Amino acid sequence: MNLEIFASRPEAAVSRDAPAATKIAVRHLDFFYGKFQGLKDINLEIAERRVTAFIGPSGCGKSTLLRTLNRMYSLYPGQRAVGEIMFNGRNVLDPGIDLNMLRAKIGMVFQKPTPFPMSIHDNIAFGVRLYERLGPRAMDERVEWALTKAAMWDEAKDKLKQSGMALSGGQQQRLCIARAVAVKPEVLLLDEPTSALDPISTAKIEELISELKSDYTIAIVTHNMQQAARVSDYTAYMYLGELIEFGATDELFLKPRRKETEDYITGRFG
Amino acid sequence: MRALYSRRLFVNRFNLVMSLLTMAFGLAFLFWILFTLFAAGLHAFSIDLFTQMTPPPGSKGGLLNAIVGSLLMAVMGTAIGTPIGILAGIYLAEFGSRGWLAPCTRFINDILLSAPSIVIGLFIYEIYVSRVNHFSAWAGSLALALIVIPVVVRTTENMLRLVPDSLREAAIALGTPQWKVIVMVTLRSVRAGVITGVLLAVARISGETAPLLFTSLNNQFWTTDLNAPMANLPVVIFQFAMSPYNDWQELAWAGSLLITLAVLALNIMARVLFRQSAPK
Repeated sequence: MNLEIFASRPEAAVSRDAPAATKIAVRHLDFFYGKFQGLKDINLEIAERRVTAFIGPSGCGKSTLLRTLNRMYSLYPGQRAVGEIMFNGRNVLDPGIDLNMLRAKIGMVFQKPTPFPMSIHDNIAFGVRLYERLGPRAMDERVEWALTKAAMWDEAKDKLKQSGMALSGGQQQRLCIARAVAVKPEVLLLDEPTSALDPISTAKIEELISELKSDYTIAIVTHNMQQAARVSDYTAYMYLGELIEFGATDELFLKPRRKETEDYITGRFG
Repeated sequence: MRALYSRRLFVNRFNLVMSLLTMAFGLAFLFWILFTLFAAGLHAFSIDLFTQMTPPPGSKGGLLNAIVGSLLMAVMGTAIGTPIGILAGIYLAEFGSRGWLAPCTRFINDILLSAPSIVIGLFIYEIYVSRVNHFSAWAGSLALALIVIPVVVRTTENMLRLVPDSLREAAIALGTPQWKVIVMVTLRSVRAGVITGVLLAVARISGETAPLLFTSLNNQFWTTDLNAPMANLPVVIFQFAMSPYNDWQELAWAGSLLITLAVLALNIMARVLFRQSAPK
């Protein structure tokens, strides 16, 4: 087990204005679905305690990139990545890496809400029990803490024993965020977390993202450019498996350096 | 245009009437069977049926030993077949995407699923009964288990395949080991479907005669010894219905009605259970 390798580096609280440290560094990353190359020589750095958004038309590889960061692709034979993804001093793509410990540190929330077939309380306790042995009292506290983090506590506190499947779509998605947060990861990967939700739930989750970034490094894939502009500090524009432009969100949206980026964000393409 | 429309209307009506008629044709036989069973079996229904042993011809009796024998062997068969079936179903659904073993197993399972039950009876006779030189309830239970396995394998695999990959991925993204993903998330989310499959398998074996004819045979007397021949409803019905004795024939009718009602109850239970937690 490589537990210590994933342990956080000690550091002082990062102020909003200070230049952010790099949490994940992607270098010369290529990705293949069988023979098809889904990502071509991606180089970028994901800043610590910042929100990095990935935008681009469907099929551009933004979800693929996100799924390499926690090695989700390893589930499927025929998919492979080449290159380097440095996280806490280790290459995530290293075959010797302990995937479960990696995923404990890099949590993920998916496009469709995926509550487990158990109570709200157990949905959250499920992940925690994998890594920590907590007494019932401590577990209740952790559940409350995670639900509070996900802005769900007030809605959920009276029905912790009810099935997570009975919640509305927006609540289910926040439950999934709480479930990911409860494990205390360092990075949260959000794969189009609001594309299945109504505008009010979307607004709640966007608000939540802004709050979560004071503690977590967040990478979000979104189809919604306004959303990227609203919630992110850095934006990466991808097209056909290539990283076209990457920079501070304000700059990328206000004065993009590349013509392709400008065409996409102004809606002339895509 | 008018003519075209009324022609279409006519074709529509014609087809509707035809399909209603075919449905009525099929259902008529079903109700005929049920009606005959009730007409012939109901008046033989009495408390004796559940308290007396199978009688010699010409005297009064019931079916207690056969009912208990059938229950025992169905329970044993299910208890042996269900774990094997569920585990094999999990293998096929969760690990069976690569290699040659899973497609092979699936193919053989499909053959087993439609194998005539008499073949299964003969198989157990050959490998078990003829070796130990006596019929026994164990042999009967084994034969029934062989019928349970393919049904449970098939339903478990089908149910697990209904689980969206996103749910598996969500569990794996938390760093969950695979066995925990299967036991606590995927299998759990289709629990009702898997139980339904088991109930349907029980319904299937509770009426099987052929596999028991060569394995458990029959017993006029009360026994719960699994190493001895044991009475069971299907074989008793077979024997009594073929006999020339009036009272035996009546008991056979009562037994038939009993099995039908039990299977009906199991099927209704399976449906209710499945509907309660069908994937939304």
